[in-house]
Amino acid sequence: MDVLIHHIIGKYNYWLYTILMMIGLYAMIAKNNLIKKLVGMNIFQTAIILFYVSIACKKGATIPIIEEHGGSVAGHAIRVADYINPLPHVLMLTAIVVSVSTFGVALALAVKIYQKYKTLEEDEILMRLRDK
Amino acid sequence: MKKIGLIIVCLSGALLLYATQDFPRWGDPNSPASTHVSPRYIQKSLEETDVPNLVTSILADYRGYDTMFETTVIFAAGLSCFILLRAFKKKEDDLYYRHISTGITLHIKGDKTIPASSKEFERIDTMWTPYDLIIKTVCRFLVPFIQIFALYVLAHGHESPGGGFQGGVIFGASFIVIAIAFDLRTALIRFKEKMDGLLSALGVFIYAGLGALCLLLGGNFLNYKELATILPMDPVEARAYGILGVEIGVFIAVMAVMLSIYVNIVSEGRHDEGL
Repeated sequence: MDVLIHHIIGKYNYWLYTILMMIGLYAMIAKNNLIKKLVGMNIFQTAIILFYVSIACKKGATIPIIEEHGGSVAGHAIRVADYINPLPHVLMLTAIVVSVSTFGVALALAVKIYQKYKTLEEDEILMRLRDK
Repeated sequence: MKKIGLIIVCLSGALLLYATQDFPRWGDPNSPASTHVSPRYIQKSLEETDVPNLVTSILADYRGYDTMFETTVIFAAGLSCFILLRAFKKKEDDLYYRHISTGITLHIKGDKTIPASSKEFERIDTMWTPYDLIIKTVCRFLVPFIQIFALYVLAHGHESPGGGFQGGVIFGASFIVIAIAFDLRTALIRFKEKMDGLLSALGVFIYAGLGALCLLLGGNFLNYKELATILPMDPVEARAYGILGVEIGVFIAVMAVMLSIYVNIVSEGRHDEGL
């Protein structure tokens, strides 16, 4: 029991991202409405962003912007432990904007489906497809 | 379906949680993610690119290819929204006008319209008729500040959190605020559709063009160091200015694509009214 609690507290970021990701996955699999599926997809993407950003974290470090600017930094070396890992932030920065634009494309497809079938419920769309 | 979904979700969740056993603890400075390539970025970036914000220097310089293709993805998303939804057929047989001085609403059927030059009537949306003085006034005050802030976020991407993506989204949001507070037509008068398409392509062009310029000057693609031969500065400073140029390209592309996706989705491609 003690080991489990130690495990959960020390790695609670992974637990949170797993729970969020599974909520999104469940919505994508089980929900009937296409917009709810898209919301699930967005939650999934947010969970991945949370995962990456939490990987970047270092205890006791600050944001990845070098403080001493203007010549004085050359005198003494920059300590790696003072700044958090900037790479996951870069990856997620682009991922956020790309997720917004893919969400836009998905919504555009949903609008098209609604114009054609007059519904966004998956079973009703399937029913109408079979009727043809 | 729901039960199968729940079983799948529980199984994969358990698998992922089981895998976290081998993961480093939260905030561990010696985790594998931060011991390989990131120390080099942290130690050398300021020396090599003259940009204190490491996220900006990695985004636009070390990982320039990645960001270029992300910008292309955004451009492609805007393009596919346009192709999927844009309808050029006008479906205007039901028009609503408001007489400005009295507030009387006119409903015109058929293909008759009030001339656009008429100052006594204004066209209103079918779904939303009330006149919101407070919202429109606040929006009118707010929009210039939003846009200035967007330009600040772009220009200070080197020294503080910010850059092309964030600034572009804020700038695009200022036009979306106009479209929500007034109506879609007002926003489209301010920012024409043709300009929107041209700007979203121009942003990608600036990015790729800057890369190609470095190629022409004798270096590698997107190696901004070569810009020093045409700019009066040393190679390290040239890299900082190359990053700025690339960020401006990203800014323009993101701003235009955000607006074009919004306009196409809310009006179902007809660009007359919506939300």
